[in-house]
Amino acid sequence: MDYFLSEEQQMIVDVARQITEEMIVPQRAELDETEEYPRDILNAIAKADLYGLYIPEAYGGFGGGCFEMALALEQFARGCTGVATAFAASALGAYPILISGSDELKKKYLPRIASGEKLAAFALTEANAGSDASGIQTTAVLDGDHWVLNGTKQWITNAGEAQIYTVIAITDKSKGARGATMFVVEDTDPGFSYGVKEKKLGIRCSSTRELIFKDCRIPKDRVIGRVGMGFITVMKTLDQSRPGIAVLGVGLGQGALDEAVTYAKQRVQFGKPIISFQAVQHILADMAIQVEAARALVYSAAKHIDAHKDDMSKASSMCKVFATDMAMKVATDAVQILAGYGYMREYPVEKMMRDAKILQIYEGTNQIQRNVIGQELNKEYTRAS
Amino acid sequence: MKIIVCVKQVPDAKDVRLDPKTNTLARDGVQSIMNPYDRHALEEAVRLKEKHGGMVTVVSMGPPQAEVMLREAVSCGADEVVLVSDRAFAGADTWATTYTLSMAIRKLDDFDLILCGKQAIDGDTAQVGPGLAERLQVPFVAYVRKIRECDGKAMQVERLMDDGYDLLEVPLPALFTVVKEINEPRIPSLKGKMKAKGIEITVFNASDIEADPEQLGLKGSPTQVVRVFSPELKGERAMLAGSADEQVAQLYEKLSPLL
Repeated sequence: MDYFLSEEQQMIVDVARQITEEMIVPQRAELDETEEYPRDILNAIAKADLYGLYIPEAYGGFGGGCFEMALALEQFARGCTGVATAFAASALGAYPILISGSDELKKKYLPRIASGEKLAAFALTEANAGSDASGIQTTAVLDGDHWVLNGTKQWITNAGEAQIYTVIAITDKSKGARGATMFVVEDTDPGFSYGVKEKKLGIRCSSTRELIFKDCRIPKDRVIGRVGMGFITVMKTLDQSRPGIAVLGVGLGQGALDEAVTYAKQRVQFGKPIISFQAVQHILADMAIQVEAARALVYSAAKHIDAHKDDMSKASSMCKVFATDMAMKVATDAVQILAGYGYMREYPVEKMMRDAKILQIYEGTNQIQRNVIGQELNKEYTRAS
Repeated sequence: MKIIVCVKQVPDAKDVRLDPKTNTLARDGVQSIMNPYDRHALEEAVRLKEKHGGMVTVVSMGPPQAEVMLREAVSCGADEVVLVSDRAFAGADTWATTYTLSMAIRKLDDFDLILCGKQAIDGDTAQVGPGLAERLQVPFVAYVRKIRECDGKAMQVERLMDDGYDLLEVPLPALFTVVKEINEPRIPSLKGKMKAKGIEITVFNASDIEADPEQLGLKGSPTQVVRVFSPELKGERAMLAGSADEQVAQLYEKLSPLL
């Protein structure tokens, strides 16, 4: 379907698609097998100017928004959701600075993130703080001109690969939701190290590790926004970034549909290509409907978010749920169409099915998203009555 | 450093068909691309510019449709592009092509280096690079697989050979044709694509380059294509069986009449 992209937006799609076809697709099976971080591909993405899509021109970016970022992510995920996740994680790490950071912090970090020279990562999750962010145990204590961080962050995407980390820590436990603060931690800061690399079901080329803070001292001016505003920054960050996860689902779903239709056209059983059987056609048709519906919702939500910064949550959560549930279903259907071959690693759809699962989990489980949508509905209808 | 890159628009090799009646390339509906070896030449020029500063000018002789390819060259880092285009150039063989290109290049500023792909994938002659160097009276090296050093006056280059490579030092200005081993061409960047959209393409026609009409196009081409045909496969195949010793004996028997 034609989404009437501007000439510049179409260029983003074209550049991202070329990287996907020439670099990501040929390497994805090996990257999945070796679990190696896709440095060459990310360097090519940086050279193609795509790391700064959502960063304002004043800070060295392209000056686009959530929608422009989504266009690139969709193409990458069509090839490999692991590579796309590694790319997207830098944006997730940069959003807190972009949303709440001082002009000094923005000037210091955003241009280097926009050029792809430095990668960023976002650190919220801990062993006891997943869906319930109030379980955070990492602390930050002011000591003279420095903050001293202690604690461990878990399952941090881009950990060990990024140079710039945006980290939330408790600065005043007695203040509850107003007692957390976000900081920028650099890879070279004293007392900062990484845990082992996790072994995952899917998105295996992306890096997932612990961040370990042991009396990690950082200069006072690394606070993002104001002390005590950490949770607000986190919520705004996730509202902004979730369409990015949603669109990974669209890209993955499209990739699975591409594989399924191509295979169904060439696979002959009972003397005919299997696409001529209605049972197969109906599965493919449902896949196509779901992918297109998700794309339309994600594009609309991304444009809404770019235009309404004060009203992002519901649109952001709705598109995340719909598109990632779709991706799981469509990838599973693609494996069904390819059947025995689809179950083998020789074909890409089993990897897509493994990769799809994380989309329903990370950046807020789909159950948490439904909570957000429900609460927003409650608020909306209370205001209206 | 001023670098000129000569590029040619060719039919995509993935999509080549012969017209069964005329035995010429069927170009209808076939996608046109930048000759892949020229892509490596362009990439090398852009890398040299990034390292030493300067300017990359891309020159192509071809029909107006070649504009698409020239814009692509800008998106990959070229600074300016020149299309040498005139009906009078049609039907040129490599002799007339090198004449035309040399006249066009004389119209441009002085250059330090010209890079070309080692050959075009349609004609496969590999003659335009050396021919152009001869016309311009500059040193020429074919099959360059690496440019090692450059001090502005000379370049050290590696020439790919069957059994290794030659290391040559060449005074500038010079012309090299490059092999695909020299680099991995980049994917166009977003900023490059935006620049390419707006760039003005300089077009030179026959009178702009002050060419002698007798030396242009079909008229200026000594090559005459009499007939194009696909060679018939005549080779015979024999499979030898038995132990290794037996097979060697059989092979010797077959080959000995030829010795």
